[in-house]
Amino acid sequence: MATLWGGLLRLGSLLSLSCLALSVLLLVQLSDAAKNFEDVRCKCICPPYKENSGHIYNKNISQKDCDCLHVVDPMPVRGPDVEAYCLRCECKYEERSSVTIKVTIIIYLSILGLLLLYMVYLTLVEPILKRRLFGHSQLIQSDDDVGDHQPFANAHDVLARSRSRANVLNKVEYAQQRWKLQVQEQRKSVFDRHVVLS
Amino acid sequence: MDFLEEPIPGVGTYDDFNTIDWVREKSRDRDRHREITNKSKESTWALIHSVSDAFSGWLLMLLIGLLSGSLAGLIDISARWMTDLKEGICTGGFWFNHEHCCWNSEHVTFEDRDKCPEWNSWSQLIISTDEGAFAYIVNYFMYVLWALLFAFLAVSLVKVFAPYACGSGIPEIKTILSGFIIRGYLGKWTLVIKTITLVLAVSSGLSLGKEGPLVHVACCCGNILCHCFNKYRKNEAKRREVLSAAAAAGVSVAFGAPIGGVLFSLEEVSYYFPLKTLWRSFFAALVAAFTLRSINPFGNSRLVLFYVEFHTPWHLFELVPFILLGIFGGLWGALFIRTNIAWCRKRKTTQLGKYPVVEVLVVTAITAILAFPNEYTRMSTSELISELFNDCGLLDSSKLCDYENRFNTSKGGELPDRPAGMGIYSAMWQLALTLILKIVITIFTFGMKIPSGLFIPSMAVGAIAGRLLGVGMEQLAYYHHDWAIFNSWCSQGADCITPGLYAMVGAAACLGGVTRMTVSLVVIMFELTGGLEYIVPLMAAAMTSKWVADALGREGIYDAHIRLNGYPFLEAKEEFAHKTLAMDVMKPRRNDPLLTVLTQDSMTVEDVETIISETTYSGFPVVVSRESQRLVGFVLRRDLIISIENARKKQDGVVSTSIIYFTEHSPPMPPYTPPTLKLRNILDLSPFTVTDLTPMEIVVDIFRKLGLRQCLVTHNGRLLGIITKKDVLKHIAQMANQDPDSILFN
Repeated sequence: MATLWGGLLRLGSLLSLSCLALSVLLLVQLSDAAKNFEDVRCKCICPPYKENSGHIYNKNISQKDCDCLHVVDPMPVRGPDVEAYCLRCECKYEERSSVTIKVTIIIYLSILGLLLLYMVYLTLVEPILKRRLFGHSQLIQSDDDVGDHQPFANAHDVLARSRSRANVLNKVEYAQQRWKLQVQEQRKSVFDRHVVLS
Repeated sequence: MDFLEEPIPGVGTYDDFNTIDWVREKSRDRDRHREITNKSKESTWALIHSVSDAFSGWLLMLLIGLLSGSLAGLIDISARWMTDLKEGICTGGFWFNHEHCCWNSEHVTFEDRDKCPEWNSWSQLIISTDEGAFAYIVNYFMYVLWALLFAFLAVSLVKVFAPYACGSGIPEIKTILSGFIIRGYLGKWTLVIKTITLVLAVSSGLSLGKEGPLVHVACCCGNILCHCFNKYRKNEAKRREVLSAAAAAGVSVAFGAPIGGVLFSLEEVSYYFPLKTLWRSFFAALVAAFTLRSINPFGNSRLVLFYVEFHTPWHLFELVPFILLGIFGGLWGALFIRTNIAWCRKRKTTQLGKYPVVEVLVVTAITAILAFPNEYTRMSTSELISELFNDCGLLDSSKLCDYENRFNTSKGGELPDRPAGMGIYSAMWQLALTLILKIVITIFTFGMKIPSGLFIPSMAVGAIAGRLLGVGMEQLAYYHHDWAIFNSWCSQGADCITPGLYAMVGAAACLGGVTRMTVSLVVIMFELTGGLEYIVPLMAAAMTSKWVADALGREGIYDAHIRLNGYPFLEAKEEFAHKTLAMDVMKPRRNDPLLTVLTQDSMTVEDVETIISETTYSGFPVVVSRESQRLVGFVLRRDLIISIENARKKQDGVVSTSIIYFTEHSPPMPPYTPPTLKLRNILDLSPFTVTDLTPMEIVVDIFRKLGLRQCLVTHNGRLLGIITKKDVLKHIAQMANQDPDSILFN
């Protein structure tokens, strides 16, 4: 029975991952198609010529129109000089996706913000809450890790306590305590004993 | 079917910090494949199952490529934005960095191409002006403050959530791919924290890169996605094939070089690289590069910031300066490895290692304070490399392109050689200072407890040296056209020397000197340039640099870190040149107690449990009887523990005096004795043996080629001793006069 659930879970995660991948691709294609008008430009750099100083011209124009004659709008020289002026100019077509940039930065900042909040909760708020809930018994039990100010020092006790009950919330808490134990082990190997990643 | 024939959960898995048994994993995969193929003839469902099993590898590669590409795009875009955040913010949308903020601006002038009113530096926001000494101080202060904030966030996140996310990751991935198990190193939390803190670390202005950590990120993606497929989740050997392909995808998105990525995975990271993996790695690398290109982090569909676009020719005489650059790269590489390892050893053994957060903050503060005054250290290292690789066109505005007689050309496109203007002289001084700063500070930065890579700082050092040499050569050719060395190929008025090419060759030389990459380095560099024109200079510099660096120190940086950490990594590239025999290395040694063995049918459960609790060996040979010492097989400690516990719980009547037997049928027992326990299914019936007079060269070769963990030694057909991988590693270290006690793990 457990293997059937495990198999279904894996199949479900595989399907959701494939859907996620396809949606990423689709989003990228859509963002290509629905290109913001302001996200394409033709940039022409023209050096100083005779009396005119150097100038940079930007215009939101498509690739086939990206040349000096279309972009340099108030043409500073007249008549036969135009060709000489335009020969010196360098025009380049560039495009970007401002939607992608905006979405990416917002996703990154939200994940960073969530992690920071969780970190503050784990290091500052949770010990205060646990101390209030469990009171003195906690202080007596934690004799052996008195010097240990790590956030997960009381993982062992909570692990033992929560093993008896079996509803969903406690399963989550059990998983969280197991994760905390793992992180504590990792922290010991890396920071204290320097056996890995020195 | 006997109840005991069903596999007990836990048997066949490995403990943390142990080596896998390659032979067993591979044979298990072949059994599984055979079973599926046989069953596929029975029903359509089984046929579909077998087709999907074959297809699952490709689907997995596709998913790995997509995920790695997306994460690389996220990292690139966020890193560029956060790097510019130290200097100011865009009022036309805070998510734009400096370049994108001024993208559509109408107010960009020809002289001052960086300034636009939408981009406000911090002094403009705080004291409403950008000019003057006070504004400079405000900018300085904000720069250092942001750098410290980013570094502090990075190291705290690493410390609280995922301590395995620090460092480069490539030495540990090399060890994992050779068969070692580090649980949690490629897990979900490590992936998330490494991605987030990599951006923070790069943005804080420290002298580190993101290529090595990107390989770690890609391998994490590979490992996590393996859990969706039964074929890869249960088999450690197959999983390592997937990780090799994921490493290739990682390098591919870091440099925009799919072929270079596959070769890097083949040469540097992987241990066993079957040919089937080659095609799949290439597919994963290509999908990753394509995904990154669609996200388009740098605009213009470029994958890397420092893509080179010029194709000017080079001349045969220029091989002399290129070889000089190669020698410089080799010297720098050897120096860097020696000093960095010394500093890391100090961090490992003294008080310095107890204050990781303080160390990161101090190094960041020093870097930021020294970096701000010099514009070339203030900009991010990737931008610096991009500017150094740039070939100066007529309209480039950077200081490095400040030649005299800029606009009086009448040659229509082709530039003549020109003397350097004041801008170039001041740029040379600043670049020389940058070189010194980067050489010194990277030694202390690589190895700190934040994600840090090595490729970009090495390339920066080489690019600066190369550009300095290139500009020097160019000016020499301009002022001394009549010298014999320039006369033949560089006529007056022609622009024959490209300093950008020298920068590129210098970058390749330094990178080769540090990592000792050969083929993969040249291929990555030529994929960066998009052509085969510069392959000869790159190869000349890479070869020279490797020879010089190998003459000064035998290991590359990653192998040196593996040795520093004491990982059980059996180096596959070196020859074992000593004439020792197997009996010189095997355990037990002459004065030690006899080898601990189990007999095939005369030990009780209690005896076995006593042996397990009294010794720490990871496996025991099974013999016919203590007198004959004829070998039956080998059994692993973990499997014994799990099977005995399981039997005590589930099987009726098994008590401490029950006999354990490994034979096919139970030995004849007198009546009224407790039932026997059959453990034949956990016995490996084909352990590898060598005789005691086998030369160690052959033994080391066997360990390397087959991926063994232990090998039994026999004499005249009788079991004499055992050689484990750790013994082999200690012996090699002893023969090379290194400290054999530095091999830590099992």
